[in-house]
Amino acid sequence: MELKEQALSVETLRVLVVDDEPGMRMAVARVLKTYTVRLDESEEPVVGFAVETAETGEAALDAMAASVPDILLLDMKLPGMSGLDVLREIRERRHETLTVMITAYATLETAIEATKRGAHDFLPKPFTPEDLRVAIRRVVRHLAVQREARRLAEEKRQVRFQFISVLGHELKAPLAAVEGFLQILKDGSAGSDPAVIARVIDRALARTEGMRKLIVDLLNMTRIESGQKRRDLVETDLREAVIAAIETMAPAATSRGIVVRLHAPERAPILADRGELEIILNNLISNAVKYNRDQGRVEVTIDGADGGGWRIHVADTGIGMAAADAARLFQDFVRIKNEQTRTIPGTGLGLSIVKKLAQLYGGDATLASEPGVGSTFTVTLKAQAAAGPPTPASTLSPPL
Amino acid sequence: MTPDTTRPLILLVDDDEDFLYQHRIQLENAGFRVTTATSRAEAESLVDEATPDLAILDLMMERHDDGFVLSHHLKRKVPGLPVILVTAVTAETGMSFTPTSASERAWVGADAVLAKPIRFEQLRREVNRLLQRS
Repeated sequence: MELKEQALSVETLRVLVVDDEPGMRMAVARVLKTYTVRLDESEEPVVGFAVETAETGEAALDAMAASVPDILLLDMKLPGMSGLDVLREIRERRHETLTVMITAYATLETAIEATKRGAHDFLPKPFTPEDLRVAIRRVVRHLAVQREARRLAEEKRQVRFQFISVLGHELKAPLAAVEGFLQILKDGSAGSDPAVIARVIDRALARTEGMRKLIVDLLNMTRIESGQKRRDLVETDLREAVIAAIETMAPAATSRGIVVRLHAPERAPILADRGELEIILNNLISNAVKYNRDQGRVEVTIDGADGGGWRIHVADTGIGMAAADAARLFQDFVRIKNEQTRTIPGTGLGLSIVKKLAQLYGGDATLASEPGVGSTFTVTLKAQAAAGPPTPASTLSPPL
Repeated sequence: MTPDTTRPLILLVDDDEDFLYQHRIQLENAGFRVTTATSRAEAESLVDEATPDLAILDLMMERHDDGFVLSHHLKRKVPGLPVILVTAVTAETGMSFTPTSASERAWVGADAVLAKPIRFEQLRREVNRLLQRS
């Protein structure tokens, strides 16, 4: 039976028992030798224990200098160094171990002192095997939570590292292009043909413009994610905001014979931050024009969302995309690279920002697309509570 | 003026139009003939029309490994063709796209790997070195 339990363990935690009473050390070792803890309600994983013992605080510290246990069961009253002295020393050495103080006279004062010095929990003497098991189970749960928190912190660090790496790359590419053009002008490679020189200058300017847009997007995104941006929620007409965005894109649309049409109720009132609305609508409508075919159409529709608020649909007759590409499109720096999109400028952050903003309104941004036929982007903005305490929607924004 | 076919023909492949434009100007001024492509498929069909004397390939085009695959195909189609791989992805990104093992390097078959931004002088040196060798 014992062997079977051990075999099930996916992990063995090391426990160091420090007590001057041999009976106590043996009892703890005996109870924990056959004890296992499940980390959650499921069958696995199971944690077992390997018990080591020390008679004095000095011996315990010597043992810990060689190797730090996961859990320390530490008697408060020891010959020589006291349990509190040992705690202080552990803290100074920055040993990472969870300490449970074993104490015969648990006064509030010693408990407070021990907690100050880093004790995690207390086990009052005398205790039954079940008391010990309960205390150990609590420590293991805490360890599991601690590890999960560390894993998440590490994951966040990785995501951030990736983001900054890609950002660096995205900023270096236009810089290299501009440098290349300047070099060509400097060494006279461009010759004296005014058309060549004009092209070199135009392209250099286009690349700096792209870089500027990337920085603006980046700043917007950082503000949204940090929650630092002051949101000025005012009663706004979504219809008016859409018309303004369409007008902004009109020159680009007209030059390629693209018709943009609006289907909306007379008024679409919404409590929103005007700057945020502008970012969302400009991104959606400029994408619908940029990725459209010449002589194409853009249909912008506003209709009511379930449970209040509005849905904005922006449908284009453009290049569309495969389902696998559509699934990645709202991620940072994702741009679909192919023959048709190669020459279309973009930062790869626009739709990621749109989605994050929609989520600030308790809504979302989604996409339906068919290659060669077109894409329809839908942004839902839920009705916002009037000014005052933080709206429930704002809690949806995860702090970075 | 008819194209002087005695000058070496360089195939330049990159999905960045500006990179192609700049390097075409520089390479032509340095006395080479240049043909450009913006994708792997386009490059492969160009090679069928005229065999280049050297190829300069960007590592990442539509897909991350397009430069590697293209290098492998070109080497099979034109044995002995010198290939220079140009990559903008360096160690600092934490993503390594350089072939690491000997078998990977043999499969890709590139003769030189240069990191962007490349200085033109450096590229011209590599081109001349590889053309003299072949």
